Amino acid sequence: MQFNSSMPWWSYLLMGAGLLAFIALVAQSIWRHRGVHRSLFASPYTLWMIVFTVLPVVLIAYYAFTDSAGGFTLDNFRAFWDSNHLMREQLRSAAGDEVAATVVRGSVNIDTLVYSLWMAFLCTAICLLLGYPAALFMADRQMKLGATIVVLFIIPMWMNFLLRTIAWMSLLEDTGLINQLLEAMGLGKRQLLYNQGAVLLGMIYNFLPFMVFPIYTSLSKLDPRLSEAAADLGCNSWRTLYKVIMPLSIPGVISGITMVFMPSVTTFFIPRVLGGGHTQMFGDLIEAKFLTEGNWNVGSALSLVMMLLILISLSILRKADPNGEGGGIA
Amino acid sequence: MENEHLIDLIHVSKDFDGVKVLDDISLYIRKKEFVTLLGPSGCGKTTTLRIIGGFETPSEGQLLFEGRDIVSLPPYKRRVNTVFQKYALFPHLNVHDNIAFGLKIKKTPKAEIDRRVEQMLELVGLKGYGKRRVEALSGGQQQRVAIARSLVNEPEVLLLDEPLGALDLKLRKEMQLELKSMQQRLGITFLYVTHDQEEALTMSDTIVVMRDGKILQIGDPKHIYDEPANAFVADFIGESNILSGTMIRDELVAFAGSEFPCVDFGFGSNAPVDVVVRPEDITLVGEDVGQLTGTIRSVIFKGVHYEMMIDTGSYVFKVHSTTMQPQGSRVGLSIVPFNIHIMQPMNAPRNEKEAQDSAV
Repeated sequence: MQFNSSMPWWSYLLMGAGLLAFIALVAQSIWRHRGVHRSLFASPYTLWMIVFTVLPVVLIAYYAFTDSAGGFTLDNFRAFWDSNHLMREQLRSAAGDEVAATVVRGSVNIDTLVYSLWMAFLCTAICLLLGYPAALFMADRQMKLGATIVVLFIIPMWMNFLLRTIAWMSLLEDTGLINQLLEAMGLGKRQLLYNQGAVLLGMIYNFLPFMVFPIYTSLSKLDPRLSEAAADLGCNSWRTLYKVIMPLSIPGVISGITMVFMPSVTTFFIPRVLGGGHTQMFGDLIEAKFLTEGNWNVGSALSLVMMLLILISLSILRKADPNGEGGGIA
Repeated sequence: MENEHLIDLIHVSKDFDGVKVLDDISLYIRKKEFVTLLGPSGCGKTTTLRIIGGFETPSEGQLLFEGRDIVSLPPYKRRVNTVFQKYALFPHLNVHDNIAFGLKIKKTPKAEIDRRVEQMLELVGLKGYGKRRVEALSGGQQQRVAIARSLVNEPEVLLLDEPLGALDLKLRKEMQLELKSMQQRLGITFLYVTHDQEEALTMSDTIVVMRDGKILQIGDPKHIYDEPANAFVADFIGESNILSGTMIRDELVAFAGSEFPCVDFGFGSNAPVDVVVRPEDITLVGEDVGQLTGTIRSVIFKGVHYEMMIDTGSYVFKVHSTTMQPQGSRVGLSIVPFNIHIMQPMNAPRNEKEAQDSAV
């Protein structure tokens, strides 16, 4: 069982089979088209996908359904909704049923998931409230400032995501810029860092562009004559906005929601840096299972649960934008 | 009431970033009139329409509606409706809801909306299409929806911006007649923008010919065709032979190396003029009896007539005739005095040779 410490023995077989299948695919393409066909140019990407996307997912699924000895089990999923299950089983074999029964039922995992979803929902909602008017402003052809604002939104994205988040830490900390300002104004210091508000702030700050840009794109694609037609038919600016512009920008909104909600649910760096470990989110939990506890099996099961949730929410969103006009990943 | 001015544009100018698009336009539109703004692209006709619709503000001048200045009135408060060039139908609404849009905004009772939308659908020949998506309609059908969407609001004036531009020739001709009869039946004032001179001649009560932000001529179609104000109008409305000539004295003009009797007077003697002769006004006669003689360079069959290019040595005339002469043959050309149109030269001479001629 020397493979078990890293990857199961068959994963090497799988990788080999994947490579063989890839080579066969390339050979078939050359044979069928008697030369280099355009589809051949996709082969580096296909190889990349096989090695770095398909294989890891297969491995995660494998770990999720096996125990540490490699045998099939559903216990990892049971650990999702009953997080003390494993401890209880160990106690049962060591000290008997009575002692085992004292271990509390319930799940810290589900609480964390609900909390993550709630935070992601808050983040998405606030991003939408902030982002839509911003996108509207940016897409307005009569506003000369629009282009400047677009650039202002893009510039922070040139900086590394981790650095941006850490920068907020030094802004928010007790001796940070904001607290210094507050003190200078005679308002006194406040605890700004290491709480839910700081985490939410960090998430909104980092994910807001992902809301603004899809909406901006779908708004700037709108035919300006449509607004004129609405005005022509009796709409003032507000009515034009909610009768014509808003309904037609829904694809962008859906794309924005997806692109903010997904990274929000799975984020683990922001809550760790700005929440200081006081607020745990589902991403942190998965990370801890893998890297701290070294329990790849439960970690994989949790990952699968989250993937499932994301897939479900994506398919619901896709219903609202059947043509994929938003241009996002939805 | 018939002759009452509905809309007056008084000395209207429009600049876009320092570029003059409209240069001192004055124009009035009477009730129930079909007025067409005609000109090549960039002549300012669409800008004029957009000023009346409320989508542009004039840099200078007044816009009166029934005598009141409406320059500062936003589009949604004006009693005009626009049919946009590419229709600008709302893609998120079906045909019925597109047409009902204006009525819903005005909080019309639902039963009345339904009744009037049905009536409109019938008028534009789209009965039963109410539930369709607008994107599933053909160009001609979308066009009708756009017209219905405007007309249902019973505007005083309907503004149409090249509404038939995207349609094929046959459909365009059908729609021209349909629009004209609709306008007469409903008694609504139409202001129509096009670059198609035939369309303008077919439909209009009054044609306004524009170029480079200026109005060149206003008149009814027959007047504009028969008595073009200058060589540009003559060239733009129908086909023309345009030559530089000299008015020798009243009722005698020299061009293409010969002298011709004409009916115009008052230009003075030996004055440079532009001479316009329509291709259908040149008669082919025997070589010995023509006022001019020339060689036929090309013959093209155009359906109703043959189009021949005839070289007289000093000018190549375009001639329309129902009888064909073989290419290369020598013919005589004859023009009756009434069909020679003399006008003041519009610009500086058109080429260097003429510049020298007029300098002499």
